[in-house]
Amino acid sequence: MSRSASVRTVRIAAGQGFWGDWLEAPHRQVTGGPIEYLMMDYLSEVTMSIMQKQKSRDPALGYAKDFIPLMERILPTLVERRIKVTANAGGVNPQACARAIAETARRLGLGGKVKIGVVSGDDLLGRLDGLLARGHELRNLDTGRPLSDVRDRVLSANAYLGAGPVLQALAQGADIVITGRVTDTGLTLAPMMHAFGWQPDDWDRLAAGTVAGHTIECGAQCSGGNCLVDWDRIPDLANVGYPIVEALPDGTFDITKHPRTGGRITVAGVTEQLVYEMGNPAEYITPDCIADFTTIRLEQAGTDRVRVSGVRGRPATDKLKVSVAYFYGYKAVGTLVYAWPDAYRKAKAADRILRQRLLDLGLDFGEMLTEFVGADATHGPLALASTPPDDLPEVQLRIGVRSPDKAAVERFTREIAPLILNGPPSATGFAGGRPKPEEIVAYWPALIDKQLVEPCVELVDA
Amino acid sequence: MKKKADRRTGGRADGDPRRKVLLLELAHARSGDKGDTANVGLIARKPEYYPILVKHVTAARVARHFKGMIKGKVERYELPNLKALNFLLHGALDGGGTISLKTDAQGKVFSTALLRMELEAPR
Repeated sequence: MSRSASVRTVRIAAGQGFWGDWLEAPHRQVTGGPIEYLMMDYLSEVTMSIMQKQKSRDPALGYAKDFIPLMERILPTLVERRIKVTANAGGVNPQACARAIAETARRLGLGGKVKIGVVSGDDLLGRLDGLLARGHELRNLDTGRPLSDVRDRVLSANAYLGAGPVLQALAQGADIVITGRVTDTGLTLAPMMHAFGWQPDDWDRLAAGTVAGHTIECGAQCSGGNCLVDWDRIPDLANVGYPIVEALPDGTFDITKHPRTGGRITVAGVTEQLVYEMGNPAEYITPDCIADFTTIRLEQAGTDRVRVSGVRGRPATDKLKVSVAYFYGYKAVGTLVYAWPDAYRKAKAADRILRQRLLDLGLDFGEMLTEFVGADATHGPLALASTPPDDLPEVQLRIGVRSPDKAAVERFTREIAPLILNGPPSATGFAGGRPKPEEIVAYWPALIDKQLVEPCVELVDA
Repeated sequence: MKKKADRRTGGRADGDPRRKVLLLELAHARSGDKGDTANVGLIARKPEYYPILVKHVTAARVARHFKGMIKGKVERYELPNLKALNFLLHGALDGGGTISLKTDAQGKVFSTALLRMELEAPR
């Protein structure tokens, strides 16, 4: 049933689903069969603030550093096979990321053969005070509070750009497009708009490209990874094939993968990915359009091939989402493992003793959470109700605290190990040492008028 | 003493109508996060199970199921085209992502916790 790839088909392969995804995947995607584009998604809310921190220490950093060796490995193949790349690996410093790629290309003797597009303009950190002064309050979408509440603790602020500037870079001849905070879906939609000449108000097709992007943005999560349905019959996950969108100009597309790879692409598995991180399915809002996920039609069109059609879209809003990261406080998590007999009761006793000691020290934590891993950490009271914990072979006591007071969190971390010798018996598993207090970076989702954000596209020759 | 529930044989969907059936038999699921909200997409294993899910797995029922585990309300959306329901569990993640002290800070396994639900006579 699989249709032969013609000029009218464009193939976009997912190479990374997050910063830290499988390093082998991009290489396998560019060598395992024909593709035109390699899409790599690196950014989440947490990564932006990590990158901002790195950039504040060294102005040459602030992007996904491991993207460079990964590109070094595949650049010769990209050039030879004329495969283009869209990646938001640029983080808070896409220019530096592009320079590093250009240097790598020159070192490989590919100077003059690679054009790099750089998309920026998403970074609002330097403009925040001006925006606030002009009455743009950047109110928190969840709490309704104005950003001025936490302004002095802000670490990064980025607007989510859409497919537009990526498309512009491709139109100007970029082979590799490195972006800052471009939406995950925009990285897949832009190549489709570029290949098919879709207009920015062709809402149904833009919505289709957005659904395609959502389907492959988490890498193997739509091709057999983290798939619950018949999970133990999914073949050869060791050799899992990452997904490929085979798109047609009319907005229909197939989700497939290279031949001779593991994993599985079925309607059930693709459906799992479609509902992942879903809000109101009729209103999947991106900078490019509003996609209606209740219009998606799925059909098994062959082995490891799911056809997606019928997607409807509506006009984009006049806002962009902004993600602000700010310093929130400190946290630490300590663990100990208790062995049979009475593992659960011992862990519970240790928790009571620890809490008593923290109280006696006068340490009051705003938040403190105890979980018993092996008994209730993932399913809470639902698990305890169906599986009596009395006879478990082992239970991990896991206690976390959170506070604006670093000294209090620090003191807490010193109260775990003593329990091994001065608490309930049969505790072990402390080889990792004392937990470290960790800075908490929290997120502040807000909206900003689209017209206030000006995406910037530059081209760099390698 | 509580009777240990059997994970797999709570009853078949197409079996004795009077028996209870574990939601795991009728559906599969995936969950994720948006801030302090976990979402659970619940997908019928067969198209004919979808009306059962719509009828029995209501927002109110899910809120009862997760009593003590979530602080906010439960919203439900229907995707008949995908034979799926999407639930938003507000206040489920102890503040969410980076703030949360929970093992499951990003709500990755709320999906399987929902599948523990037992339904009465879904015929």
